[in-house]
Amino acid sequence: MINYSYTILIPLIPLVIFVFTGLLGMKWKPLVSGIIGTVGVGISFFLSLFTAYEYFFATATGSAYHTIIPVNMLWLSFTHTLQIHMGVLLDPISVMMIVVVTTISFMAHLYSIGYMKGERGFQRYYSFLSLFTFSMLGVVLATNIFQIYIFWELVGASSFLLIGFYYDKPSAVAAAKKAFIVTRFADLGFLIGILILSYYTGTFDFSKLLQPGTHLFAGLAGVSFLGLSGITWAMALIFMGAAGKSAMFPLHIWLPDAMEGPTPVSALIHAATMVVAGVFLVARLFPIYHFQAPDVLIFIGYVGGFTSLIAAIIAMTQFDIKRVLAYSTLSQIGYMMVALGVSGYGGEAGLGYMASMFHLFTHAMFKALLFLGAGSIIHTIHSNFMKDMGGLRKYMPITHFTFLAACLAISGIPPFAGFFSKDEILAAAFESNKLLFYVEYITAGLTSFYIFRLYFNIFWGKDPEYKHKPHEAPLNMTIPLIFLGLGSTFGGFVPFHKLVTSDMKPFTTVTHWGIMLPSVGIGLLGLAVAWVLYKKENDLPDKISKKLGILYTSTYHKFYIDEIYLFVTKKIIFNYIARPIAWFDHNIVDGFMIGVGTVTVKISYKIKKFQSGELQQYAFVFVAGVIMLALFILYSLGYH
Amino acid sequence: MDFLNLFVIVPVLTMIGILFTKELKGARLVSAVGMGIQLVLAIFLVFYYLSVRGAGNLHEMILTTDYSWFPSLNIHYFIGVDGIAVAMIALTAIVIFAGVFASWEMEYLSREFFISLILLSTGVFGFFISLDLFTMFLFYELAVIPMYLLIGIWGSGPKEASAMKLTLMLMAGSALLLVGILGIYYHSAPNGGPYTFNILAISKIHIPLAAQRFFFPLTFVGFGILGALFPLHTWSPSGHASAPTAVSMLHAGVLMKLGAYGCFRVAIFLMPQAATQMAWIFIILTSISVVYGAFGAIMQKDLKFINAYSSVSHVGLILFALLMMNKIAMDGAILQMISHGLMTALFFALIGMIYGRTHTRDIREMGGLMKVIPFLGVMYMIAGFASLGLPGFSGFVAEMTIFVGAFKHSDLFHRVASVVVVSSIVITAVYILRVVGKLLLGPVQKEAHLHLKGASWYEKLSTTSLLIAIVGIGVLPLWLSDTILNSLQPIMEKLVAYLH
Repeated sequence: MINYSYTILIPLIPLVIFVFTGLLGMKWKPLVSGIIGTVGVGISFFLSLFTAYEYFFATATGSAYHTIIPVNMLWLSFTHTLQIHMGVLLDPISVMMIVVVTTISFMAHLYSIGYMKGERGFQRYYSFLSLFTFSMLGVVLATNIFQIYIFWELVGASSFLLIGFYYDKPSAVAAAKKAFIVTRFADLGFLIGILILSYYTGTFDFSKLLQPGTHLFAGLAGVSFLGLSGITWAMALIFMGAAGKSAMFPLHIWLPDAMEGPTPVSALIHAATMVVAGVFLVARLFPIYHFQAPDVLIFIGYVGGFTSLIAAIIAMTQFDIKRVLAYSTLSQIGYMMVALGVSGYGGEAGLGYMASMFHLFTHAMFKALLFLGAGSIIHTIHSNFMKDMGGLRKYMPITHFTFLAACLAISGIPPFAGFFSKDEILAAAFESNKLLFYVEYITAGLTSFYIFRLYFNIFWGKDPEYKHKPHEAPLNMTIPLIFLGLGSTFGGFVPFHKLVTSDMKPFTTVTHWGIMLPSVGIGLLGLAVAWVLYKKENDLPDKISKKLGILYTSTYHKFYIDEIYLFVTKKIIFNYIARPIAWFDHNIVDGFMIGVGTVTVKISYKIKKFQSGELQQYAFVFVAGVIMLALFILYSLGYH
Repeated sequence: MDFLNLFVIVPVLTMIGILFTKELKGARLVSAVGMGIQLVLAIFLVFYYLSVRGAGNLHEMILTTDYSWFPSLNIHYFIGVDGIAVAMIALTAIVIFAGVFASWEMEYLSREFFISLILLSTGVFGFFISLDLFTMFLFYELAVIPMYLLIGIWGSGPKEASAMKLTLMLMAGSALLLVGILGIYYHSAPNGGPYTFNILAISKIHIPLAAQRFFFPLTFVGFGILGALFPLHTWSPSGHASAPTAVSMLHAGVLMKLGAYGCFRVAIFLMPQAATQMAWIFIILTSISVVYGAFGAIMQKDLKFINAYSSVSHVGLILFALLMMNKIAMDGAILQMISHGLMTALFFALIGMIYGRTHTRDIREMGGLMKVIPFLGVMYMIAGFASLGLPGFSGFVAEMTIFVGAFKHSDLFHRVASVVVVSSIVITAVYILRVVGKLLLGPVQKEAHLHLKGASWYEKLSTTSLLIAIVGIGVLPLWLSDTILNSLQPIMEKLVAYLH
């Protein structure tokens, strides 16, 4: 057996750096905090790679991987069985995730040294990045569902802090608040789900919950509420948390606004790692979903499918390049959810599960790359909008080529990474749910269209007069681009079906030619349409959007979902709940108390005449009282 | 000399010491030294308690001392502590210590101010060590009375009216309480013999159910008023808003916990049968408190009002958890008492410090303070995160323990109430982020606010001491939770005996 206890260092290093940078950072030179943060997460990155090597390759068990819990400390104890631990759990998905998280985090750290240079609060930025990295690693390494929840909340808080990094900008503050509150609302479901689950099973621990064929759920058959079993409720509510973090429809509204944060943050948190936490959560609990709540799993598939389609449609009409990428992220996470939704358990039936994790992996590479590339463009142009860009291929060759690689990857053009993972998802959907297959198939075409619309608008198209000549980013920004570019190009060759599978046993896949060829075809079709419309500046796109009329405007306005939310929160919650309660409290409840006081005062004015100060009157009342009391006592004692 | 007596003697000596000082400098120094000693004693008590329990002392209460001081009515000065009382004493010591430093610049009638403040804390310390109902009540009154002077003299805004409202409502609570306590007293000797106020002795006997049904609601509501039980919470917003900083800290931080602690130690512990039967009424009221307080906080504009409504919500959660009548929820209730005490004291301290600089508490007139006063800004933000239950702070531990306990009931009524209460975590996030966003972030609102003074050493000391406790509990909750769980054993045994 290999001793894996060193893996605790992977999350602990960022934690220590967070604490020290947070407390002392302001006394350091900005660059010092950047270097310490980068080196620290770099060590975590190499440790993760080493862990992955040891876990997947050094112990050639051949048949199956095992769940290993090298560290597990008691944190809070409710009863002898119901306890919260803090620990590290290694299994194929957690090992894959720590590699993804630390890779992207390391790249974002390195890139930010250049991107954030000279920003006010550089040290604060790095301490928050470390906090985020720590929290995210805590989520993926969790040994029990409560640990996931704890770190889940910390991830939300660090996301809040980083979105609101430019805190004197009201729009950034509003976006940060929105992100936190929407995900918090989703986490309410998550929490209630955990509480119900733990009530029925009496444990939080994955080692007990995730055993296939466990008897923990045996007593649950009879429990039902509103026609659904207790476990279905619990798992659906837990998915609500996952949908919030992963920005699934209708809880997706916070993600596009979250682009107010610095661009490396968007790459790290809002593209590659935090937003896939929901996918990770469903994958983590997959045995429970599959065996105990299959209905919820189907529901997850439909939510994912709907989100991926609608987000791809919205992405086609946006002009802010970060928003295009944000909607693209929604759409791609939808793919991962679909894959989980259609997956079975074990062997080839678990193709969807494997494909989902595979796509999570490749998506992290190419989407982080797209964001970092966008960052390097924004860094030199100082604008997020397509109208200010064009012809940049001449000025920024490295950004251009790496960006192109990522575009080809997301469009599913072979041999780039996205091709393999997306193909597996389509194959899995084709096997079990034709409707979802067609939705995802069409979405693939839309994806290719919107991403190349973006690409042509930035790097080709018109050639505006730049005030400052755009320039290529410095080396510490281009190295991450190149690294991720290589990942997006060759990441598809990682043999996921041998590494990350639903039952932790490797299986062999067959090539689905019947799906592969049409999917490449629709990808190329999307590319071709974008080529025609946007490669050279022309008025065709405007004409088409005019033709589409209301269809176009409603898409451009993101189907007015934000406005609906605004209506519900501002009008209904603020004006029809909170304000009346405040009024009620002030006027009715407190008014009553004050009324009691006032009445008391009034009555006392009336009866104060009794205290007239006249001795005869007092004596009379006194004597009369004594006589009456004496009579009463005599009467009650029976002397009559 | 018994050790526990020191918790009353040290404040008394401190007050006498203040009498010999001339003005602010002397008064605050003596208070700081006195309360510093008190804090050291409290920390020592915690470790002493843990070591005694670790050595296998299984007595229900330790360090007990008994003097009969009014034999004809069998009233005793009977003191002793269990883990819960120890935790509450430690909380009080930290809050009053931080409170003294938060009042460092109290220029107006400073000697009188510090004497009243410490007199109030004497009452609180005495309350938590008492095991005799009458002595306990006496200390309770001792804590409530100086409040009137403190708000009426050193307060702000409509201070006389607020002080009057607060005192009258709490006095009404005391009246109910007195009837409740006397009721218990007259049923404390079912088999003949002298009546007693001794809590431990009463807990061993069985008060007739009919009497419990009558006296439980009186006692619970009597204490509940101090715990801002809906709809008797309205003293809290105006009272807190008018009170000077240290008094708000002590009042929301500790005094409201007196109410909750009394509900636990007297109402539920001594009359568990009626508590079980009538819990549903109060579960409804406290569920309303929790959600209603949180919604109430959303629309407020005054920082102190926001915090006062927030306290209504959070203390409502304590009472709610007590009424769940199981070990985990009660553990959570005690944790929440301590956690909320620390957090709200930190909040009020910070509000006082910000008010001292900007001379306004209206959030519409402030903005972007993070840039100007970063230390206080960061502290406020952390306090906000702690208050909305972020992991790593004490609030999370307490709330989660309460929720896990509440979900132990699977019937529809408890489930619905629990879900309603859990949903407050979202509403809390809304009002906290609203304040943080308005007050600290965004652009600076007023020219004059650009040149505010940074935090001074005593302000840093005051807030940091509270924050250390909050983070300490939040990161390593196990020892505190276990201490409380062990001390809950007697009441649980009693409950189980009645329920089966």
